[in-house]
Amino acid sequence: MIEMLVKRTQQSLLVVFIMSLIAFVGINLVGNPIYLLVAPDATSVEIAQAAHTLGLDLPVYQQYGRFLFNALHGDLGNSFVFNQPAVSLIIERMPATFELALMATLLSFFIGVPLGMWAGLRPGSKVHKLTMGLSILGVTIPSFWLGLILILVFAVNLGWFPSGGRGPTTNLFGIPVSFLNLEGLRFLCLPAMTLALHNIALVMRMTEAGTREVAVQEYIKFARAKGVGAIRLMLRHVAPNVMIPIITMMGLEFGHLIAFSLITETIFAWPGMGKLIVDSVLQLDRPVVVAYLMVVLILFVLINFVVDVLYLILDPRLRSRSQ
Amino acid sequence: MTSTSAQESASPATPMQLLLRRFLRNRVATAAALLLLLLILVALLAPVLSPQNPYDLSMVSFMDAEQPPGGVSVAHQMHFWLGSDGAGRDILSSILYGLRISLGIGLASAVVALFFGTCIGLLAAYAGGRVDAMLMRIVDIQLSIPTVLVALILLAALGQGVDKTLMALVLVQWATFARNVRGVAQVERGKEYVEAALGQGLPARYVMLRHVLPNCMAPLIVTTTNQIASAITLEATMSFLGIGLPQTRPSLGLLISNGFDYMLSNQYWISVFPGLALVLLVVSISLVGDQLRVALNPKLDL
Repeated sequence: MIEMLVKRTQQSLLVVFIMSLIAFVGINLVGNPIYLLVAPDATSVEIAQAAHTLGLDLPVYQQYGRFLFNALHGDLGNSFVFNQPAVSLIIERMPATFELALMATLLSFFIGVPLGMWAGLRPGSKVHKLTMGLSILGVTIPSFWLGLILILVFAVNLGWFPSGGRGPTTNLFGIPVSFLNLEGLRFLCLPAMTLALHNIALVMRMTEAGTREVAVQEYIKFARAKGVGAIRLMLRHVAPNVMIPIITMMGLEFGHLIAFSLITETIFAWPGMGKLIVDSVLQLDRPVVVAYLMVVLILFVLINFVVDVLYLILDPRLRSRSQ
Repeated sequence: MTSTSAQESASPATPMQLLLRRFLRNRVATAAALLLLLLILVALLAPVLSPQNPYDLSMVSFMDAEQPPGGVSVAHQMHFWLGSDGAGRDILSSILYGLRISLGIGLASAVVALFFGTCIGLLAAYAGGRVDAMLMRIVDIQLSIPTVLVALILLAALGQGVDKTLMALVLVQWATFARNVRGVAQVERGKEYVEAALGQGLPARYVMLRHVLPNCMAPLIVTTTNQIASAITLEATMSFLGIGLPQTRPSLGLLISNGFDYMLSNQYWISVFPGLALVLLVVSISLVGDQLRVALNPKLDL
């Protein structure tokens, strides 16, 4: 067990290291950002000076060495555009993105699971066909297109929700959040729905498949024969046996939501780290791009690591195989 | 009528006919396949069918900007059936040309990724051991990171352009193909006919390509179909974010992006119609892919 953990940790660290190398070297191949930073009428001497102070005149491997050394000290460089530490820029925007992703996770759970169960208990019925058809649409429709339609219908035409921005926030333990006041919640609705769509469909399909499998088991028939009501049957007998893979998937999908939020945030002008990265890519703000990638990759590796460890703890078969 | 159908059932059907028959059993998928054929046809014939060449600046007039659907142009005697955009281009024509680009990019990237992925997958299955473990580890790592993020890194590193978008899409997709091919090829490799072929002294490369690969075809066809759909979506997403294709050759994603600002003032047609075309394209491809999976699997008795 301990051996597995050490091995897994080593692997994770290796992944982060390789990714940092690829991201850094890759990003360094893009056009020279120095021209964005100096005044348009700067002389070549001034340009050289600016490049020197930013360390852009060093060879790539030396730049990477400096980057790695600083990164291990928690410093991923200063943003060229904001002239602030890239890490603090990202951390500033992190709560907004996390709130969005969390909201989307909750939405996908509370919409996907009931619908999936409902459909799974009635295979072949109209409800079943409708929900499965919708779930295919949900998986295939590009999320940015859905965001646009939601804006068009609910913001532009009906005016129920604002079309973008984050609105007022309330402080919770010093972190600004939107969901604690009604106005902020209105700003949260459309982006969270856009981000959640894909996951709602996924959760729905998984729940449907799981429920169909469980519904024909003997213990369900026995519970029915005993006279257990439909709701109690669902909650006490079906749900616990269907939930484990779904909760695992939702945990893994959380990282994906963070990544996908860059699309949603751009559409809704949501001030999270996803919008920051898209802006930074367009402005060739290298340190922010690299810092974002590192933060998100570490997040990913962490999530995968935790899920793997939980599996080891939960599933005795995996443990015996590793020995 | 009865005599012909009796004749048909008497003569043994070719695999292709069987596949077609199995495919057509699902009415939704059949409709999707027809729609897809129509979209491909329309994309191929775009220069003939479209009322206006949206790239030809002499045909586009600013006087016609932001015409609602059904509007009539000022300078040229034509209708804007789906409206016109901010520069006076006909939306319908832009969609037809955009469909071409989206479909072309999706197809091209999936086919190139198919080639590389298949080679790597076959290599992993054939070599086994260390090589296999290493290749699959790379595949695992890549597939654990969302495609949007990988594409974003690549496009940030490579820059914009048609060739760069293609390259990024191929690099995003190859891993899916590699994993699929390797999975199937490994099962096939353990079978007796492969043993027999190898035992006859045929070179391993020959056996992999001539005996194992054909048996991987069914899952590969399904994967390719689904990958074309996801490549089109990903390209549209990247173009929408402004880091994909250049403005000179707008794909559907870029058309949607161009209309975004107009949408807030309720000029919906500039974004909505290209988006509708994109959704129809992607959904029809995935429905066809789903049904192909059912039709190609002899174990699923319909």
